[in-house]
Amino acid sequence: MEEKKLICINCPLGCMLTAVVEGETILSVSGNTCKRGDSYARKELTSPTRLVTSTVRVSGGDKRMVSVKTREDIPKKKVLECVRALKEVEVRAPISIGDVLVENIAGTGVDIVATKNVGERKLFDGDENGEKTERVSF
Amino acid sequence: MENFDIVIIGGGPAGLAAAASARENGIQRIVILERDNELGGILNQCIHNGFGLHTFKEELTGPEYAGRFIRQVKELGIEYRLNTMVMAISRKKVVTAMNQKDGLFELQAKAVILAMGCRERPRGALNIPGFRPAGIFSAGTAQRLVNMEGYLPGREVVILGSGDIGLIMARRMTLEGANVKVVAELMPYSGGLKRNIVQCLDDYGIPLKLSHTVVDIKGKERLEGVTLARVDEKGKPISGTKEFYSCDTLLLSVGLIPENELSSGMGVELNPVTSGPRVNESLETNIEGVFACGNVLHVHDLVDFVSEEAKTAGKKAAEYILGITDKSQEAVSLTAGEGVRYTVPETICVKRMEERLTVRFRVGNVYKNCYISVYFDKDRVLHRKKAVVAPGEMEEIVLTKEQLMEYPKLETINVKVEEA
Repeated sequence: MEEKKLICINCPLGCMLTAVVEGETILSVSGNTCKRGDSYARKELTSPTRLVTSTVRVSGGDKRMVSVKTREDIPKKKVLECVRALKEVEVRAPISIGDVLVENIAGTGVDIVATKNVGERKLFDGDENGEKTERVSF
Repeated sequence: MENFDIVIIGGGPAGLAAAASARENGIQRIVILERDNELGGILNQCIHNGFGLHTFKEELTGPEYAGRFIRQVKELGIEYRLNTMVMAISRKKVVTAMNQKDGLFELQAKAVILAMGCRERPRGALNIPGFRPAGIFSAGTAQRLVNMEGYLPGREVVILGSGDIGLIMARRMTLEGANVKVVAELMPYSGGLKRNIVQCLDDYGIPLKLSHTVVDIKGKERLEGVTLARVDEKGKPISGTKEFYSCDTLLLSVGLIPENELSSGMGVELNPVTSGPRVNESLETNIEGVFACGNVLHVHDLVDFVSEEAKTAGKKAAEYILGITDKSQEAVSLTAGEGVRYTVPETICVKRMEERLTVRFRVGNVYKNCYISVYFDKDRVLHRKKAVVAPGEMEEIVLTKEQLMEYPKLETINVKVEEA
């Protein structure tokens, strides 16, 4: 029997959890203030997962990059592979929040979705209010 | 000169929520002035998740969270002007601003909501010895470069300061292929949220060195490396603890400062602890009809609380314009007692307050197994046990109107940390 300490990351409270582990089985979890802490500890110690956020290049858009996320958590050990795969991706504007930009990223079965709206680049300055000016790149 | 009921300075989370709230409380002529080329403020570069758990009961990324409020503001038909810099606000609430389209212009407001946010403390404020080469960025600048412009500012990185932006950038730079060697923190505790230490440092094996600082910077054209040293309890480097780290990039995540040049320019009184305006229960400053919310008022950890605060500011500004504000002057003062650095608000007028009032504050140190206590003059009315409180995590208590009505002669409310 062994005690493992971890910090719950479900919410900003950051509860200090103590799990009692016997080999592969988790006997008990304490220190949590809600039931999410219990399931977090069990999952984190057996099959940890993470939601991944990154950016993808945009062509023909009014922004250079679009922010993206995995629609749901993916296995922690797939995080780096996921971000590396995104480096090769370029998507065309317009893009809306929730659009699927890559299906089944890194073989996880999880899609990459946009988290920001990107409009098409206009030939003249002006958004819907006619007051947008091109950002000077630095 | 154009006339508006409410002019809101800043189109970030605070400005957006304040605008929507004011409109929902019956105010028509509202304008948001935003200096960037889009609404949403700093959330646009905060592409990580963790936003909105309180507000929407789901976990969103920064741009998604901003997107919801932007959509709401657009659906409510609230006017906004982008690329617009506010130059000054007069005590009579004349807002002087300029942009490329309209040039310099003035707006007469009946009420002003200050929602300018904050900015990062720069290297110049830290007195780090050494050269001034390229490669030293504030963490937020690096965040903008990576997430919005698509540039990686460097490959070998040291981060000074363990504020949330620094921690988030440690992970982000790592994912983008940089080697983040260490995060050094001057204080014996981290200034960031615990979850960020777990998810951004521990997950990637990035060491966090507490009670350490940068004592030398090497490199003339481009940064070549930094020297870290352990510091004693007074923050002074201890001799013999120096360690050299070669790196091409140093990120600074060493604190945020509310951006109040416009506020002090118009005569708004500031609290030296928060560097934000002193406000009453309605989030109104010492100038009648001028309200403040969000990071310009005090630096928050969670945008959810910014939105909540801004909603109150918007509602109270609306009530002020509609003339339904109780004008009574009697106010109870709220003071920060032992262990508490400040409270927002600083005064409460019981007649004006809502049924429930959230008082937010920060503690000055890490306390374990302590109590947060509230005293109405001599009477202790709240004594809440906390396993741990830290300066990096904002605390709050709720006072009710009912509770305050029971103390008609109350002069001072004192919030303090009591050790067990």
